[in-house]
Amino acid sequence: MATAREIRRRIRSVRNIRQITRALEAVSASKVRRAQDAVQGTRPYASKARQLLADVAALAGGETRHPLLTRRDVVNSAYILLITSDRGLCGAFNINVAREAFDFAQQYGKPVSYVTIGRKGRDFLHRRGRKIVAEFANLPARPGLLDTTPATRTLIHDFLDGRCDEVYLAYTEFRSMVSQRPVIRRLLPLAADDLAGDLSKSGPRPAYEFEPGPVEILDGLLPRLTEMQVYVAVLESLASEHAARMVAMRNATDSASDLIFSLTLSYNKARQQGITNELLDIAGGTSALEQALKQAAATDQLRA
Amino acid sequence: MPLTLEIVTGEREVFKGDVDMINVPGGDGDMGILPKHAPVLSTLKPGVLRVKIGNDYQEFAIGGGFIDILGDHVIVLADSAERADEIDIARAEAARLRAQEMLKNAPQNKEDFFRLETALRKSEARLKAANRRSTRRTELPS
Repeated sequence: MATAREIRRRIRSVRNIRQITRALEAVSASKVRRAQDAVQGTRPYASKARQLLADVAALAGGETRHPLLTRRDVVNSAYILLITSDRGLCGAFNINVAREAFDFAQQYGKPVSYVTIGRKGRDFLHRRGRKIVAEFANLPARPGLLDTTPATRTLIHDFLDGRCDEVYLAYTEFRSMVSQRPVIRRLLPLAADDLAGDLSKSGPRPAYEFEPGPVEILDGLLPRLTEMQVYVAVLESLASEHAARMVAMRNATDSASDLIFSLTLSYNKARQQGITNELLDIAGGTSALEQALKQAAATDQLRA
Repeated sequence: MPLTLEIVTGEREVFKGDVDMINVPGGDGDMGILPKHAPVLSTLKPGVLRVKIGNDYQEFAIGGGFIDILGDHVIVLADSAERADEIDIARAEAARLRAQEMLKNAPQNKEDFFRLETALRKSEARLKAANRRSTRRTELPS
Protein backbone atom coordinates (compact mmCIF):
# COMPACT_ATOMS: atom_id res chain seq x y z
CA MET A 1 0.00 0.00 0.00
CA ALA A 2 1.35 3.36 -1.09
CA THR A 3 1.81 5.99 1.55
CA ALA A 4 -0.47 8.98 1.70
CA ARG A 5 2.30 11.23 0.50
CA GLU A 6 2.97 9.17 -2.60
CA ILE A 7 -0.70 9.14 -3.49
CA ARG A 8 -0.96 12.86 -3.01
CA ARG A 9 1.91 13.34 -5.42
CA ARG A 10 0.20 11.18 -8.03
CA ILE A 11 -3.04 13.10 -7.66
CA ARG A 12 -1.19 16.30 -8.29
CA SER A 13 0.48 15.00 -11.43
CA VAL A 14 -2.75 13.55 -12.82
CA ARG A 15 -4.40 16.88 -12.18
CA ASN A 16 -1.68 18.59 -14.20
CA ILE A 17 -2.20 16.12 -17.04
CA ARG A 18 -5.89 16.82 -16.97
CA GLN A 19 -5.23 20.51 -17.28
CA ILE A 20 -3.12 19.90 -20.38
CA THR A 21 -5.56 17.56 -22.08
CA ARG A 22 -8.35 19.98 -21.38
CA ALA A 23 -6.39 22.78 -23.03
CA LEU A 24 -5.56 20.58 -26.02
CA GLU A 25 -9.22 19.74 -26.40
CA ALA A 26 -10.08 23.42 -26.63
CA VAL A 27 -7.28 24.04 -29.12
CA SER A 28 -8.44 21.18 -31.34
CA ALA A 29 -12.02 22.39 -31.21
CA SER A 30 -11.03 25.73 -32.68
CA LYS A 31 -8.81 24.06 -35.26
CA VAL A 32 -11.68 21.88 -36.43
CA ARG A 33 -13.68 24.97 -37.13
CA ARG A 34 -10.87 26.55 -39.07
CA ALA A 35 -10.32 23.43 -41.16
CA GLN A 36 -14.03 23.21 -41.87
CA ASP A 37 -14.00 26.78 -43.12
CA ALA A 38 -11.13 25.88 -45.41
CA VAL A 39 -13.15 22.99 -46.84
CA GLN A 40 -16.05 25.39 -47.43
CA GLY A 41 -13.69 27.77 -49.19
CA THR A 42 -12.94 25.25 -51.93
CA ARG A 43 -16.59 24.78 -52.88
CA PRO A 44 -16.98 27.76 -55.27
CA TYR A 45 -13.93 26.81 -57.31
CA ALA A 46 -14.78 23.13 -57.40
CA SER A 47 -18.35 23.63 -58.57
CA LYS A 48 -17.38 26.22 -61.18
CA ALA A 49 -14.52 24.13 -62.50
CA ARG A 50 -16.86 21.18 -62.88
CA GLN A 51 -19.34 23.25 -64.77
CA LEU A 52 -16.60 24.55 -67.02
CA LEU A 53 -15.50 21.00 -67.67
CA ALA A 54 -19.04 19.95 -68.51
CA ASP A 55 -19.28 22.85 -70.97
CA VAL A 56 -16.03 21.98 -72.66
CA ALA A 57 -16.88 18.30 -72.81
CA ALA A 58 -20.33 19.01 -74.25
CA LEU A 59 -19.03 21.30 -76.92
CA ALA A 60 -15.84 19.56 -77.83
CA GLY A 61 -17.76 16.32 -78.25
CA GLY A 62 -15.66 13.37 -79.39
CA GLU A 63 -12.38 15.19 -79.01
CA THR A 64 -12.46 14.83 -75.25
CA ARG A 65 -10.87 11.39 -74.90
CA HIS A 66 -8.34 12.89 -72.58
CA PRO A 67 -5.94 10.39 -70.96
CA LEU A 68 -6.88 11.58 -67.48
CA LEU A 69 -10.50 10.70 -68.22
CA THR A 70 -9.92 7.39 -69.99
CA ARG A 71 -10.36 4.10 -68.21
CA ARG A 72 -7.74 1.57 -69.22
CA ASP A 73 -8.81 -1.78 -70.59
CA VAL A 74 -6.15 -3.67 -68.71
CA VAL A 75 -5.47 -2.66 -65.15
CA ASN A 76 -2.21 -4.05 -63.82
CA SER A 77 -1.48 -1.99 -60.76
CA ALA A 78 -2.72 0.89 -58.69
CA TYR A 79 -1.46 3.64 -56.42
CA ILE A 80 -3.10 4.59 -53.18
CA LEU A 81 -2.61 8.08 -51.84
CA LEU A 82 -2.83 7.59 -48.09
CA ILE A 83 -3.60 10.79 -46.23
CA THR A 84 -2.86 10.75 -42.50
CA SER A 85 -1.71 13.21 -39.88
CA ASP A 86 1.82 14.21 -38.98
CA ARG A 87 1.12 14.03 -35.28
CA GLY A 88 -0.32 11.50 -32.93
CA LEU A 89 -2.52 11.79 -29.87
CA CYS A 90 -5.64 11.56 -31.97
CA GLY A 91 -7.01 8.16 -31.03
CA ALA A 92 -7.49 5.57 -33.75
CA PHE A 93 -7.61 8.21 -36.47
CA ASN A 94 -4.53 7.13 -38.42
CA ILE A 95 -4.95 3.43 -37.84
CA ASN A 96 -8.48 3.54 -39.18
CA VAL A 97 -7.53 5.03 -42.54
CA ALA A 98 -4.48 2.84 -42.90
CA ARG A 99 -6.50 -0.26 -42.18
CA GLU A 100 -9.14 0.78 -44.69
CA ALA A 101 -6.43 1.21 -47.29
CA PHE A 102 -4.96 -2.21 -46.43
CA ASP A 103 -8.30 -3.95 -46.73
CA PHE A 104 -8.85 -2.28 -50.04
CA ALA A 105 -5.40 -3.25 -51.31
CA GLN A 106 -6.04 -6.86 -50.30
CA GLN A 107 -9.33 -7.04 -52.14
CA TYR A 108 -7.87 -5.26 -55.12
CA GLY A 109 -5.87 -8.34 -55.98
CA LYS A 110 -3.25 -6.52 -58.02
CA PRO A 111 -0.01 -4.87 -56.99
CA VAL A 112 -0.59 -1.69 -55.03
CA SER A 113 2.00 0.97 -54.27
CA TYR A 114 1.56 3.87 -51.91
CA VAL A 115 2.09 7.58 -51.94
CA THR A 116 1.68 9.17 -48.54
CA ILE A 117 0.82 12.56 -47.18
CA GLY A 118 1.46 12.67 -43.46
CA ARG A 119 4.15 11.16 -41.29
CA LYS A 120 2.01 8.63 -39.44
CA GLY A 121 0.83 6.84 -42.54
CA ARG A 122 4.32 6.69 -43.93
CA ASP A 123 5.73 5.20 -40.72
CA PHE A 124 2.89 2.72 -40.56
CA LEU A 125 3.40 1.48 -44.11
CA HIS A 126 7.12 1.39 -43.59
CA ARG A 127 6.78 -0.86 -40.56
CA ARG A 128 4.57 -3.20 -42.52
CA GLY A 129 7.03 -3.25 -45.40
CA ARG A 130 4.68 -1.84 -48.05
CA LYS A 131 5.99 -0.20 -51.15
CA ILE A 132 6.09 3.57 -50.83
CA VAL A 133 6.71 5.44 -54.07
CA ALA A 134 6.77 8.92 -52.63
CA GLU A 135 6.05 10.53 -49.30
CA PHE A 136 5.11 14.03 -48.31
CA ALA A 137 5.00 15.24 -44.74
CA ASN A 138 5.09 18.31 -42.54
CA LEU A 139 2.25 20.19 -44.09
CA PRO A 140 1.70 23.58 -42.50
CA ALA A 141 -1.15 24.01 -40.04
CA ARG A 142 -3.20 25.71 -42.73
CA PRO A 143 -2.21 24.04 -45.97
CA GLY A 144 -2.73 25.95 -49.19
CA LEU A 145 -3.39 24.40 -52.54
CA LEU A 146 0.29 24.71 -53.39
CA ASP A 147 1.27 22.56 -50.42
CA THR A 148 -0.50 19.57 -51.86
CA THR A 149 0.30 19.96 -55.55
CA PRO A 150 3.68 18.18 -55.43
CA ALA A 151 1.93 15.00 -54.34
CA THR A 152 -0.73 15.38 -57.03
CA ARG A 153 1.88 16.08 -59.71
CA THR A 154 3.65 12.86 -58.79
CA LEU A 155 0.42 10.93 -59.10
CA ILE A 156 -0.55 12.46 -62.44
CA HIS A 157 2.93 11.98 -63.79
CA ASP A 158 3.16 8.32 -62.85
CA PHE A 159 -0.36 7.69 -64.05
CA LEU A 160 0.32 9.19 -67.46
CA ASP A 161 3.64 7.36 -67.62
CA GLY A 162 1.81 4.07 -67.20
CA ARG A 163 3.46 3.19 -63.89
CA CYS A 164 -0.01 2.65 -62.52
CA ASP A 165 -3.38 2.29 -64.17
CA GLU A 166 -5.53 3.63 -61.39
CA VAL A 167 -5.05 5.97 -58.46
CA TYR A 168 -7.13 5.86 -55.31
CA LEU A 169 -7.44 8.28 -52.44
CA ALA A 170 -7.59 6.95 -48.90
CA TYR A 171 -8.53 9.63 -46.41
CA THR A 172 -10.85 10.40 -43.55
CA GLU A 173 -14.07 12.09 -44.42
CA PHE A 174 -15.34 14.66 -41.97
CA ARG A 175 -19.00 14.08 -41.23
CA SER A 176 -19.43 15.77 -37.89
CA MET A 177 -17.56 16.61 -34.72
CA VAL A 178 -18.13 13.11 -33.41
CA SER A 179 -18.12 11.09 -36.61
CA GLN A 180 -15.28 10.72 -39.10
CA ARG A 181 -15.19 7.93 -41.60
CA PRO A 182 -12.26 6.54 -43.59
CA VAL A 183 -13.10 6.37 -47.28
CA ILE A 184 -11.53 5.16 -50.49
CA ARG A 185 -12.25 7.12 -53.66
CA ARG A 186 -10.93 6.76 -57.14
CA LEU A 187 -8.92 9.79 -58.19
CA LEU A 188 -7.63 8.74 -61.61
CA PRO A 189 -8.92 8.21 -64.16
CA LEU A 190 -11.29 11.00 -63.20
CA ALA A 191 -14.80 9.72 -62.71
CA ALA A 192 -16.52 10.46 -66.00
CA ASP A 193 -19.88 9.46 -64.50
CA ASP A 194 -19.90 12.36 -62.08
CA LEU A 195 -19.00 14.73 -64.82
CA ALA A 196 -21.68 13.34 -67.10
CA GLY A 197 -24.16 13.99 -64.31
CA ASP A 198 -23.12 17.63 -64.26
CA LEU A 199 -23.33 17.70 -68.01
CA SER A 200 -26.96 16.69 -68.27
CA LYS A 201 -27.88 19.11 -65.50
CA SER A 202 -26.38 22.14 -67.16
CA GLY A 203 -28.59 21.81 -70.23
CA PRO A 204 -27.87 23.33 -73.62
CA ARG A 205 -25.24 26.01 -73.65
CA PRO A 206 -24.58 28.68 -76.21
CA ALA A 207 -21.79 28.30 -78.71
CA TYR A 208 -18.61 29.18 -76.87
CA GLU A 209 -15.52 30.48 -78.48
CA PHE A 210 -12.43 28.69 -77.22
CA GLU A 211 -9.10 30.37 -76.78
CA PRO A 212 -6.73 28.77 -77.66
CA GLY A 213 -8.90 25.62 -78.15
CA PRO A 214 -10.99 23.07 -76.29
CA VAL A 215 -8.16 20.57 -76.07
CA GLU A 216 -5.81 23.09 -74.46
CA ILE A 217 -8.47 24.13 -71.99
CA LEU A 218 -9.09 20.50 -71.09
CA ASP A 219 -5.35 19.97 -70.73
CA GLY A 220 -5.20 22.78 -68.24
CA LEU A 221 -8.44 22.06 -66.45
CA LEU A 222 -8.19 18.34 -65.73
CA PRO A 223 -4.92 18.42 -63.75
CA ARG A 224 -6.32 21.33 -61.74
CA LEU A 225 -9.49 19.40 -60.97
CA THR A 226 -7.33 16.51 -59.84
CA GLU A 227 -5.29 18.84 -57.65
CA MET A 228 -8.46 20.21 -56.16
CA GLN A 229 -9.72 16.75 -55.26
CA VAL A 230 -6.52 15.95 -53.43
CA TYR A 231 -6.53 19.32 -51.73
CA VAL A 232 -10.10 18.88 -50.54
CA ALA A 233 -9.26 15.39 -49.27
CA VAL A 234 -6.31 16.80 -47.31
CA LEU A 235 -8.49 19.49 -45.78
CA GLU A 236 -11.21 16.99 -44.88
CA SER A 237 -8.58 14.78 -43.32
CA LEU A 238 -7.25 17.73 -41.36
CA ALA A 239 -10.69 18.60 -40.01
CA SER A 240 -11.18 14.95 -39.07
CA GLU A 241 -7.79 14.79 -37.40
CA HIS A 242 -8.57 17.72 -35.16
CA ALA A 243 -12.03 16.36 -34.39
CA ALA A 244 -10.52 12.96 -33.53
CA ARG A 245 -7.92 14.62 -31.34
CA MET A 246 -10.58 16.65 -29.63
CA VAL A 247 -12.52 13.50 -28.74
CA ALA A 248 -9.35 11.70 -27.66
CA MET A 249 -8.43 14.61 -25.42
CA ARG A 250 -11.90 14.75 -23.94
CA ASN A 251 -11.68 11.06 -23.13
CA ALA A 252 -8.28 11.60 -21.58
CA THR A 253 -9.66 14.44 -19.48
CA ASP A 254 -12.53 12.22 -18.34
CA SER A 255 -10.17 9.37 -17.50
CA ALA A 256 -7.98 11.74 -15.55
CA SER A 257 -11.02 12.86 -13.56
CA ASP A 258 -11.93 9.25 -12.83
CA LEU A 259 -8.38 8.51 -11.82
CA ILE A 260 -8.28 11.51 -9.52
CA PHE A 261 -11.52 10.34 -7.94
CA SER A 262 -10.27 6.85 -7.18
CA LEU A 263 -6.87 8.13 -6.10
CA THR A 264 -8.56 10.52 -3.72
CA LEU A 265 -10.44 7.56 -2.23
CA SER A 266 -7.20 5.65 -1.74
CA TYR A 267 -5.58 8.74 -0.36
CA ASN A 268 -8.29 9.18 2.23
CA LYS A 269 -8.06 5.50 3.12
CA ALA A 270 -4.32 5.73 3.47
CA ARG A 271 -4.68 8.82 5.61
CA GLN A 272 -7.24 7.09 7.85
CA GLN A 273 -4.98 4.10 8.09
CA GLY A 274 -2.12 6.34 9.11
CA ILE A 275 -4.17 7.98 11.82
CA THR A 276 -5.42 4.62 13.07
CA ASN A 277 -1.91 3.29 13.14
CA GLU A 278 -0.71 6.27 15.10
CA LEU A 279 -3.55 5.91 17.57
CA LEU A 280 -2.75 2.24 17.93
CA ASP A 281 0.86 3.12 18.52
CA ILE A 282 -0.07 5.59 21.21
CA ALA A 283 -2.51 3.19 22.78
CA GLY A 284 0.04 0.41 22.60
CA GLY A 285 2.67 2.71 24.03
CA THR A 286 0.54 3.80 26.97
CA SER A 287 -0.57 0.27 27.75
CA ALA A 288 3.03 -0.93 27.58
CA LEU A 289 4.01 1.94 29.85
CA GLU A 290 1.21 1.15 32.27
CA GLN A 291 2.25 -2.47 32.33
CA ALA A 292 5.85 -1.51 32.95
CA LEU A 293 4.79 0.81 35.74
CA LYS A 294 2.63 -1.92 37.25
CA GLN A 295 5.50 -4.34 37.11
CA ALA A 296 7.83 -1.83 38.65
CA ALA A 297 5.32 -1.21 41.43
CA ALA A 298 5.00 -4.93 41.94
CA THR A 299 8.76 -5.43 42.30
CA ASP A 300 8.90 -2.44 44.63
CA GLN A 301 6.24 -4.05 46.79
CA LEU A 302 8.14 -7.31 46.76
CA ARG A 303 11.29 -5.58 47.87
CA ALA A 304 9.44 -3.76 50.57
CA MET B 1 -23.43 48.06 -63.28
CA PRO B 2 -23.76 45.63 -66.10
CA LEU B 3 -21.06 42.98 -65.66
CA THR B 4 -20.99 40.47 -62.83
CA LEU B 5 -17.52 39.23 -62.03
CA GLU B 6 -16.46 36.36 -59.80
CA ILE B 7 -12.84 35.60 -59.11
CA VAL B 8 -12.30 32.30 -57.31
CA THR B 9 -9.19 30.35 -56.42
CA GLY B 10 -8.96 26.85 -55.05
CA GLU B 11 -8.79 28.28 -51.57
CA ARG B 12 -11.34 31.05 -51.49
CA GLU B 13 -13.51 33.48 -53.34
CA VAL B 14 -11.41 36.56 -53.92
CA PHE B 15 -13.91 38.87 -55.54
CA LYS B 16 -17.58 38.92 -56.35
CA GLY B 17 -19.38 41.96 -57.55
CA ASP B 18 -20.56 44.20 -60.37
CA VAL B 19 -18.03 45.92 -62.58
CA ASP B 20 -18.06 48.03 -65.75
CA MET B 21 -15.07 46.62 -67.59
CA ILE B 22 -12.51 43.87 -67.21
CA ASN B 23 -9.02 43.54 -68.62
CA VAL B 24 -7.45 40.10 -68.40
CA PRO B 25 -4.22 38.48 -69.62
CA GLY B 26 -5.71 35.83 -71.91
CA GLY B 27 -3.76 32.86 -73.14
CA ASP B 28 -3.80 34.33 -76.64
CA GLY B 29 -3.23 37.91 -75.60
CA ASP B 30 -4.91 40.50 -73.43
CA MET B 31 -8.65 40.78 -73.57
CA GLY B 32 -10.91 43.66 -72.71
CA ILE B 33 -14.38 42.62 -71.70
CA LEU B 34 -17.37 44.89 -71.87
CA PRO B 35 -21.02 43.98 -71.47
CA LYS B 36 -22.58 41.86 -74.25
CA HIS B 37 -19.32 40.11 -74.94
CA ALA B 38 -19.57 36.89 -76.97
CA PRO B 39 -19.37 33.67 -74.89
CA VAL B 40 -15.72 32.73 -74.53
CA LEU B 41 -13.79 30.09 -72.64
CA SER B 42 -10.16 30.98 -72.46
CA THR B 43 -7.01 30.19 -70.58
CA LEU B 44 -5.29 32.94 -68.63
CA LYS B 45 -1.60 33.72 -68.33
CA PRO B 46 -0.05 35.01 -65.13
CA GLY B 47 -0.58 38.74 -65.16
CA VAL B 48 -2.64 41.65 -63.97
CA LEU B 49 -6.41 41.55 -64.05
CA ARG B 50 -7.88 45.01 -63.97
CA VAL B 51 -11.47 45.94 -63.36
CA LYS B 52 -13.20 49.26 -63.74
CA ILE B 53 -15.90 50.06 -61.24
CA GLY B 54 -17.43 53.44 -61.90
CA ASN B 55 -14.43 55.74 -62.15
CA ASP B 56 -12.28 53.55 -59.99
CA TYR B 57 -9.88 50.81 -60.98
CA GLN B 58 -8.92 47.72 -59.04
CA GLU B 59 -6.06 45.39 -59.84
CA PHE B 60 -5.55 41.74 -59.05
CA ALA B 61 -2.43 39.68 -59.62
CA ILE B 62 -3.53 36.46 -61.29
CA GLY B 63 -1.35 33.38 -61.45
CA GLY B 64 -2.87 31.83 -64.55
CA GLY B 65 -6.14 29.97 -64.85
CA PHE B 66 -9.33 30.21 -66.89
CA ILE B 67 -12.02 32.66 -67.72
CA ASP B 68 -15.59 31.83 -68.53
CA ILE B 69 -17.54 34.64 -70.19
CA LEU B 70 -21.21 33.95 -70.59
CA GLY B 71 -23.56 36.81 -71.19
CA ASP B 72 -22.85 39.41 -68.58
CA HIS B 73 -21.56 36.88 -66.12
CA VAL B 74 -17.80 36.45 -65.98
CA ILE B 75 -16.09 33.78 -63.90
CA VAL B 76 -12.35 33.74 -63.39
CA LEU B 77 -10.90 30.47 -62.10
CA ALA B 78 -7.46 31.52 -60.97
CA ASP B 79 -4.55 29.41 -59.73
CA SER B 80 -3.84 32.28 -57.40
CA ALA B 81 -5.29 35.73 -57.09
CA GLU B 82 -4.48 38.61 -54.84
CA ARG B 83 -5.90 42.05 -54.55
CA ALA B 84 -3.27 44.66 -55.26
CA ASP B 85 -3.40 46.08 -51.76
CA GLU B 86 -2.85 42.65 -50.22
CA ILE B 87 0.48 42.16 -51.91
CA ASP B 88 3.61 42.37 -49.84
CA ILE B 89 5.98 44.14 -52.22
CA ALA B 90 9.16 43.07 -50.47
CA ARG B 91 8.16 39.43 -50.60
CA ALA B 92 7.08 39.65 -54.22
CA GLU B 93 10.40 41.24 -55.14
CA ALA B 94 12.28 38.48 -53.34
CA ALA B 95 10.25 35.85 -55.18
CA ARG B 96 10.99 37.51 -58.51
CA LEU B 97 14.72 37.59 -57.86
CA ARG B 98 14.67 33.97 -56.79
CA ALA B 99 12.85 32.90 -59.93
CA GLN B 100 15.22 34.92 -62.10
CA GLU B 101 18.23 33.41 -60.41
CA MET B 102 16.94 29.90 -60.93
CA LEU B 103 16.15 30.57 -64.56
CA LYS B 104 19.72 31.66 -65.15
CA ASN B 105 20.96 28.19 -64.29
CA ALA B 106 18.64 27.09 -67.04
CA PRO B 107 17.17 23.71 -66.19
CA GLN B 108 17.38 21.08 -68.93
CA ASN B 109 13.96 19.70 -68.22
CA LYS B 110 11.33 21.44 -70.33
CA GLU B 111 8.66 21.06 -67.71
CA ASP B 112 10.82 22.58 -64.98
CA PHE B 113 11.74 25.42 -67.25
CA PHE B 114 8.11 26.13 -67.92
CA ARG B 115 7.29 26.03 -64.24
CA LEU B 116 10.06 28.44 -63.38
CA GLU B 117 9.05 30.80 -66.11
CA THR B 118 5.52 30.75 -64.80
CA ALA B 119 6.82 31.52 -61.33
CA LEU B 120 8.77 34.46 -62.68
CA ARG B 121 5.81 35.84 -64.58
CA LYS B 122 3.62 35.40 -61.55
CA SER B 123 5.93 37.37 -59.30
CA GLU B 124 6.29 40.08 -61.94
CA ALA B 125 2.53 40.31 -62.21
CA ARG B 126 2.21 40.73 -58.48
CA LEU B 127 4.76 43.50 -58.44
CA LYS B 128 3.10 45.22 -61.34
CA ALA B 129 -0.30 45.11 -59.69
CA ALA B 130 1.09 46.34 -56.40
CA ASN B 131 3.15 49.12 -57.94
CA ARG B 132 0.33 50.47 -60.02
CA ARG B 133 -1.66 50.79 -56.90
CA SER B 134 0.99 52.57 -54.89
CA THR B 135 1.88 55.04 -57.66
CA ARG B 136 -1.71 56.03 -58.03
CA ARG B 137 -1.99 56.46 -54.34
CA THR B 138 0.75 59.07 -54.36
CA GLU B 139 -0.81 60.91 -57.30
CA LEU B 140 -4.13 61.33 -55.63
CA PRO B 141 -4.28 64.26 -53.22
CA SER B 142 -6.50 62.38 -50.78
